[in-house]
Amino acid sequence: MTRVLEVRDLSKRFGGVQAVKDVSFDLNEGEFLALIGPNGAGKTTCFNMLNGYLKPDSGSVSLRGQALIGHPPRKIWRMGVGRTFQITATFLSMTVVENVQMALISHHRRVFDLFSRATHLYVDEAMALLELVSMQDQAGRACSELAYGDLKRLELAIALAHEPALLLMDEPTAGMAPSERLALMSLTAEIVAKGGVSVVFTEHDMDVVFAHAHRILVLNRGELIAEGNGSEIRANPTVQEVYLGGGSVFEAEGAYA
Amino acid sequence: MGFYFAQLLTGLANASSLFLIASGLSIIFGVTRIVNFAHGSFYMIGAYLAYTLVSIWSGSIIGFWGSVILAAMIVGLIGLVIELTILRRIYHAPELFQLVATFGVVLIFQDATLAIWGAEDLLGPRAPGLDRAVRIMGEPIPEYDLALIAIGPVVLLAIWLLFHKTRWGVLVRAATQDREMVGALGVNQAWLFSAAFVLGSFLAGLGGALQIPREAVSLQMDLSIIGEAFVVVVIGGMGSVSGAFVAAVLISVLNAFAILIFPQISIVLPFIVMAIVLIFRPHGLFGKPGSEKGAPEEPERPLALMDQKSAMVLFAALGVLALSPFFTADFTTVLMVDVMVATLFAVSLHFMMGVGGMVSFGHAAYFGVGAYAAAMAVKFLGFGMLPAMIFGPICAAMAALFFGWFCVRLSGVYLAMLTLAAAQILWGVTFQWQEFTGGDDGILGVWPAKWASSDKVFFYIAFVLCVGGIWMLRRAAFSPFGYVLRGIRDSQTRAEAIGVDTRFHQWMGFVLAGGFAGLAGVVFAFSKGSVFPDSLGIAQSIDGLIMVLVGGIHALAGPILGAGAFVLIEDWVTRLDYWRFIFGAIILVVVLLAPDGIAGGIQRLLRMLKGERA
Repeated sequence: MTRVLEVRDLSKRFGGVQAVKDVSFDLNEGEFLALIGPNGAGKTTCFNMLNGYLKPDSGSVSLRGQALIGHPPRKIWRMGVGRTFQITATFLSMTVVENVQMALISHHRRVFDLFSRATHLYVDEAMALLELVSMQDQAGRACSELAYGDLKRLELAIALAHEPALLLMDEPTAGMAPSERLALMSLTAEIVAKGGVSVVFTEHDMDVVFAHAHRILVLNRGELIAEGNGSEIRANPTVQEVYLGGGSVFEAEGAYA
Repeated sequence: MGFYFAQLLTGLANASSLFLIASGLSIIFGVTRIVNFAHGSFYMIGAYLAYTLVSIWSGSIIGFWGSVILAAMIVGLIGLVIELTILRRIYHAPELFQLVATFGVVLIFQDATLAIWGAEDLLGPRAPGLDRAVRIMGEPIPEYDLALIAIGPVVLLAIWLLFHKTRWGVLVRAATQDREMVGALGVNQAWLFSAAFVLGSFLAGLGGALQIPREAVSLQMDLSIIGEAFVVVVIGGMGSVSGAFVAAVLISVLNAFAILIFPQISIVLPFIVMAIVLIFRPHGLFGKPGSEKGAPEEPERPLALMDQKSAMVLFAALGVLALSPFFTADFTTVLMVDVMVATLFAVSLHFMMGVGGMVSFGHAAYFGVGAYAAAMAVKFLGFGMLPAMIFGPICAAMAALFFGWFCVRLSGVYLAMLTLAAAQILWGVTFQWQEFTGGDDGILGVWPAKWASSDKVFFYIAFVLCVGGIWMLRRAAFSPFGYVLRGIRDSQTRAEAIGVDTRFHQWMGFVLAGGFAGLAGVVFAFSKGSVFPDSLGIAQSIDGLIMVLVGGIHALAGPILGAGAFVLIEDWVTRLDYWRFIFGAIILVVVLLAPDGIAGGIQRLLRMLKGERA
C-alpha cells in the first residue's frame, strides 16, 4: 500500500495550554481514518494544522512526499487536499452546479478569465461530480434553498473537484439527522472504495465512526492515546477510561458487529 | 513652552466637541449598524437651535446652559421622529441601504435650515461667565475652552455610568456585540434602537450647541464635521465610546501641532491617521471583529443570463439612445452624455460593491484620478484626446492598485472607511497642490480634439466608451473572474478552500473597478472641458453610492436604473428653489417604497401585474 500522508511529532501550544503534543500517524492510500476524542482533545487543532489554517510549533506533515507545513490553505488545496467544513461553507448566491463549477474553474486555473461565461464552463464535469453524490436532480436549484444534508453532499462534490489525494472532513455529520449521517458516510465510503482518495475525518457520533472507519485514532488532552480498528478501540481500557468514562457504549459491542 | 501648552489646550478643547458628535455616531452604529450621514445635520441643527434659544434667553448663565441642553433635547426628539418614521421601516433592507435614507435627511435638513435661519453665517454670543481669557504660562486661553476640556470627560463618564450601571446601558452594550443574541433573549429591539438613536442625536445636538461661542453657525457645518466624525469613530472602533474619546484626543492634538509645521495638512491629517491605524489595527483601536458587518442578509439569487426578450428590449433602448442626437435638442444630447458617464461610474462601483462585496465610500477617487490624469496629460504633456483617454484609466487603475492593496486587507465598514480615507487624501492633495493641479481653480481648457468637438460627435465617442465599458464590466461579472469575486463575497473560507488567493483576487477586482471609474472620469473631463477637485470629493462618492443602492444592489441592472434616474431627476430638480429638499424627499419616497431598490421594485411590480403574489 502506498503511503499518502505522514504526520510526525506535531505539536501546538496556545499560551499555557498544550493543545496538541507529539502527534504522529500515517495514512495509506484508500484508507478511511477517524480522529476521535472528547471535546478539547485537540482534534480541530490537529485538523487546522493539516489544512494550513494553523502553523504548528514543531513537527512535519508530508503529503505524497511534499511538505505541507508553512503553506497557506489554498496551496495545500493545490497539492491535493480537499476539505469539508463543520459548518458548511458554500457559495449561497449561486446554483448547486455553479458551486461545483467554481471549484473546477479554480482546478483548471481559469479564475482570472474575464471573458468566458462562467456558467458554460465545465458543466459536464460538474454534473458528473454531482451524480457521484446523487445531487444531479438539484443541479439548477439555488444553493441557499438546499436542505442541510444536501449542502453537506454538495460540499463533498466541491471537495472532490480537484481530484484530491486526501480529503479532510471536519465533523461531517454534525447537525444532521441519524439516518442522514449514515447515508452521507456510506456515500463517502463508496467514493473511497472507488480508489484514488483517502479520508481523515473527525466525528463525535460513534455509530458513524465504528460503522465506516478503517482505522481510528483517539486523542486525549492533545496526545494520541490509542490507535486501531473499531473492535480494538472498543476493547482498549485506556480509551474506555479517559474517553468515555463508564459509558455503556463499549458493553454493547454486539450492536456494531 | 507656554505657546506649545496653549496649542495642546486648544487641541483638547477641539477634542471635546469632536468626541461629543463622534460618540453619538458610534453608539448609533454599534446598536443599529446604520452609517448615519444625517449625524452632521443633527450637529448643525443643535447649533442653530442653541443660537436662537440663547438669543431669546440671553445674558444669564442659567439661560445659556439651559438653552444648550434644551437645544440638544430638541435634536434628540428630531432623531426620534426620524427613527420612527423612516429608519424603522427599512432595517431589513440590504446592508447600508439606510445610509441612503440618512443622506435624504441631510438634503432635507439643509434646505429646511436655509429656509428657517437664512443663508448668512450667524455669530453667537459668548458664554456668560466664561467670556474672558485666562493667562496660563503667559499665553491667553479662553475660559470657555477650559470648560469644554472639562465637559468631554464628564460626558464620557456619564455615558460610561449609563452603560455600566443601568439595565438599558447593558442592553446597548450587548446589542453592540451581538444583536441576534439580544433579540433571542426577548429584548424589544425596536425600542432599543429608538433609544440609541435618540441618545446619539442628543449628543450630536449637544456637540453643535456647545460650538456657538467658538465658531459662527453656518450651513456648511453638517458636511464639514461628518467626515472627521467618521474618522474618529473608525479609529476608536465602531461602537466603542471610550475609543471615540481616545481617537478624538489623538486627532485633535496631532492636528493642533501638525498645523504649526505644515499648515495645509489639517484637511488630510485625520484621514492619514485613520489609514495608518486601520492598517495596523483593522477594527480600530478598541473595536472588535464582528462589529464590521451589518445584520445578516438574505442570500442573493443566482445570476441568470439575459433572456431573449429582455435582450431585445435592451437593444431597442440602446438603439433609441444611439439615434437620440438626431431627434433631440443639443442640451438633451449633452445630458445623455452625463447619464452615460454616471452610469459607467455607478456600474463600476456596483462591480466592487455588489459583485465583489467591497463597499466603497470613496469611489470618486478613481473617477477623479482618471479625469485629472487626462486633463494634466493634455495640459502638461501635450497629449492628444485619444492618448489622454487611454492614459486616464491607466492612471486610475494604478491609483486603485496602490490604495486597493491596503483596502482589501479589511472588510465591511472598515474597508469602506479606508476607501473614503484614500479619496480624501487624494482630494486634499489635489486641492492644495496649486501649481500642479490648479487647486480650487481646477484645470481648464480640456477640450476634445477638433474633429470631435461637436456635441454629436462627442456623444458618439462617449457612447462607445461608456456603453463599451458597461458591457465589459457586465461581461466580467458573468466571467469566471466575476464569479470567483462573488464567491469570495459569499464565503471567503470556501473560496480559499478551493485554491483561490482571495485577497489578491479582491485586489484585482478593486483595480478593475477603479480603472473603469477612471474611464468615466476621462469622458467627464472632456465633456465639461475642465476638471475640479469636486470630481474626487465626498459628494461625488456619495452620488455613486446612492445610484447603486437606490437602483438596487442585488441586480446587475440596478446601477443602470439608479444612475439614469439620479441624473435625470437631479437635472430637473436643480432648476427649482429648495431643490435639495425636493431631491431628499424623492430619495426618501423611493427608499420607503422600494427597500430593494428600483430594480427590485420593478421586479415586484411586474410580478404583481402578472397576477402572482410576491
